[in-house]
Amino acid sequence: MSDSMNSAFDSANTFTIDGRRVPFKPGQTILHAALEAGVYIPHLCHHPELKPHGSCKLCTVTVNGRNGSACTARAMPGLEVENDTPALNDRRRVLLQMLFVEGNHFCPGCEKSGNCQLQALAYDLEMLAPHFRHAFPERPVDASHPDVWLDLNRCVMCELCVRASRDLDGKNVFMLAGRGADSKVVVNSPTGLLKDSALTIDDRAAHVCPVGAILPKRVGYAVPIGERQFDQATISHQVDYLARRTIPIKAAETVTETEGA
Amino acid sequence: MTDASELHTLLDPVLQRHQSRPDRLLQILRDAQDVLGYLSDETTAWLAKALGVSYAQATSTRDFYAFLYRENRGRYRILFSDNITDRMAGNQALFEQMLDYFGVEPGKVSGDGLVSIDLTSCTGMCDQGPAILVNELAIPRMTPQRVVQICGLVSRQVPLAEWPAELFVVEDNIQRADLLLGTTHEPGEAIRAAIARGRDEMLFEMRTSNLRGRGGAGFTTGIKWEACRNAPGVRRYIVCNADEGEPGTFKDRVLLQSYPGRVFEGMVIAAFTVGAHLGLLYLRAEYRYLRPKLEAFLAEMRAQNLLGKDIGGLAGFDFDIEIHLGAGAYVCGEESALIESLEGKAGKPRIRPPFPVTCGYKNQPTVVNNVETLCKATEIAIHGGAWYEAIGTKQSTGTKILSVSGDCERPGIYEYAFGVRISQVLEDCGARNAIAVQVSGASGTCLSERELGRRIAFEDVPTAGSFMIFDAQRDMFEVARNFAHFFKHESCGFCTPCRAGTALLSEMMDKIAEGRGTQYEMNELLRIQAVMKASSHCGLGQTAGNAVADTVQKFRPSYERRLAQTDFVPAFDLDAALAKTRQLTGRDDAHAHLGAEA
Repeated sequence: MSDSMNSAFDSANTFTIDGRRVPFKPGQTILHAALEAGVYIPHLCHHPELKPHGSCKLCTVTVNGRNGSACTARAMPGLEVENDTPALNDRRRVLLQMLFVEGNHFCPGCEKSGNCQLQALAYDLEMLAPHFRHAFPERPVDASHPDVWLDLNRCVMCELCVRASRDLDGKNVFMLAGRGADSKVVVNSPTGLLKDSALTIDDRAAHVCPVGAILPKRVGYAVPIGERQFDQATISHQVDYLARRTIPIKAAETVTETEGA
Repeated sequence: MTDASELHTLLDPVLQRHQSRPDRLLQILRDAQDVLGYLSDETTAWLAKALGVSYAQATSTRDFYAFLYRENRGRYRILFSDNITDRMAGNQALFEQMLDYFGVEPGKVSGDGLVSIDLTSCTGMCDQGPAILVNELAIPRMTPQRVVQICGLVSRQVPLAEWPAELFVVEDNIQRADLLLGTTHEPGEAIRAAIARGRDEMLFEMRTSNLRGRGGAGFTTGIKWEACRNAPGVRRYIVCNADEGEPGTFKDRVLLQSYPGRVFEGMVIAAFTVGAHLGLLYLRAEYRYLRPKLEAFLAEMRAQNLLGKDIGGLAGFDFDIEIHLGAGAYVCGEESALIESLEGKAGKPRIRPPFPVTCGYKNQPTVVNNVETLCKATEIAIHGGAWYEAIGTKQSTGTKILSVSGDCERPGIYEYAFGVRISQVLEDCGARNAIAVQVSGASGTCLSERELGRRIAFEDVPTAGSFMIFDAQRDMFEVARNFAHFFKHESCGFCTPCRAGTALLSEMMDKIAEGRGTQYEMNELLRIQAVMKASSHCGLGQTAGNAVADTVQKFRPSYERRLAQTDFVPAFDLDAALAKTRQLTGRDDAHAHLGAEA
């Protein structure tokens, strides 16, 4: 595909992102290789422990001049990837604004604030306002489960919970149903309620949500606002964390702490 | 309410027909709806259990397709096709006439559970609209008299099978026939010719012909077949994409209605060339009326040894064809979404690569070809690739069938060698005052008067076949608004730019239509379209804003005369927000309005 004449001396398994040489292992995606090499590409629906999905489109880069999702495109020798450019970041800002207005995202009242990847991306890309007209969709909150909240107002339809439940927990608790703007996450239970599903607090699906749609109960403010993951540094400066993060299997020790209280 | 034992009695035959195969979930849901009228949560849960799929999986499939209903929509479910050509032919007045007759609201079932009336995306009858579907059966050429007649039949509860046959007559309207439509078809000739050539030579002829896919993307068919043949796999499949959902196109309907031999023989030839044993025809739900005839045709082919075992007397050449019905989802025209739908799931496009040629139906090598493309394979089998390559232009060989509709004297089917000028088509169909032609449907290109000298060809104006004509009395803003609503309805919801972008575009077009738009919205339309084009997951989202962008640029006055004379008007209308309160209190006097007295 690419003209290999001018890169004849490249070692076989490298490509460039914004001119910087990035090594990769065969089979890796552009995003995977980038994060391992310490290069930040904005993303939301990707998690290193789960299969690529490619739906949020925030990681859209140009690969040899053509648009593509960095999280699904395979790294190839000699590819020339553009990532951190004003045009691509403008587009990412529009996508973030779209995500903000199609759901109901009220950061000041959300217990995910500071740990929320959507919020972190918006700060980092300097999204100053939602810009578009809010859709204010009517979406239910399901508080039925003893240990987990499900608040679809904050859902960004990344399907991380769907994938975690299916591929890591082996349960298929969640599914994205419906079509277009009416898409919504549904719960696999006869009543449609979380309490009647197979979800338990030690499922990865209970902890993988990048926003505040699926939250473990009773630990909301165990870590105070100001000391949370993206309070430490903006998300673009946390490449190492993004590359290596794992989904916690349990809701951390704070569960027992609050249970005693 | 139906209890479990009743569901057993009613639905066991459906399950048996499909061997209780979970991968046939969509077909099973369709057949179950035929029995019960709709698919309640209970029914869906019962079916999920019987098939061993999760309840969420079954609901996700059900809720994706527009023609599958969770709630009762009545014994007669009437849908008015709402393409722009139906509108131009006056569908809205007929729609209201029928709503008034039954005293129902759009999409709501009548109190007695008899009937529901709603709008639907283009049903592929644009040359003989306005068209409707009654329980998915097509009735074209609607008139006020036909509305009265149908209302009577519904009121008297006449079973659909006893309705007058003339209501369901769909015309071919072939206005200009060339190579494909103008030659007679000798059953089995093309298959025998392919067998005589052998697999390798047949592939060589396909490549020599330089035939390109007629579904719009224009990928070289021979290369597709070769890639499928060479891909590692246990089984190979041939899929015929008859999900002709692009607004304004209906050529595949005519091919399936009057030239099914070419379509099916094309599939057999593809199977022969790549080594496939099963073919699947994915027929859009709107063309359901064709299914009995197509099934009968397949049976006849089996009787003639043109399908089944040892086809054409060639030992070991076994191949058969199944028909799958869609259920109202435009996005299933995208090949990987179509495959998902064939596998019984919601039709959401897959990540590509891998492409279907290596990883398609059931993750096996699969050729997905358009109806018209497969017909062309029969010509190449008979006459050879070099003969075919000489027709048309260098980069676009052979002939192309156009579905002509809109403002012209003779709408219908026109077959031309590639390279024909738009102005020639307009002259032939009797379009005198065209100000615009929308080529290749809502996702295609809007050409203005200045561009009518351009040619139909992949290298100039590519098309899947739709050709909608608009004359001086038409308002191109309304055309684009119709398409914007279409895409909002048809977006699958998988990726952010398309899911949110189609909603924003149609909302902004509505704002402009209400006289509340400004220059600001004009710029915003283009900005959103650019993001959708660059970052959407599949062709639907990438092209969904084309019509809006084209008309903003080429028909600016039709937007500008609607714009408010200020810099910006907020989208939120304080007075409109009170509408619900006015409705609840039964008030509509001046004091119940804001701003009016000021």
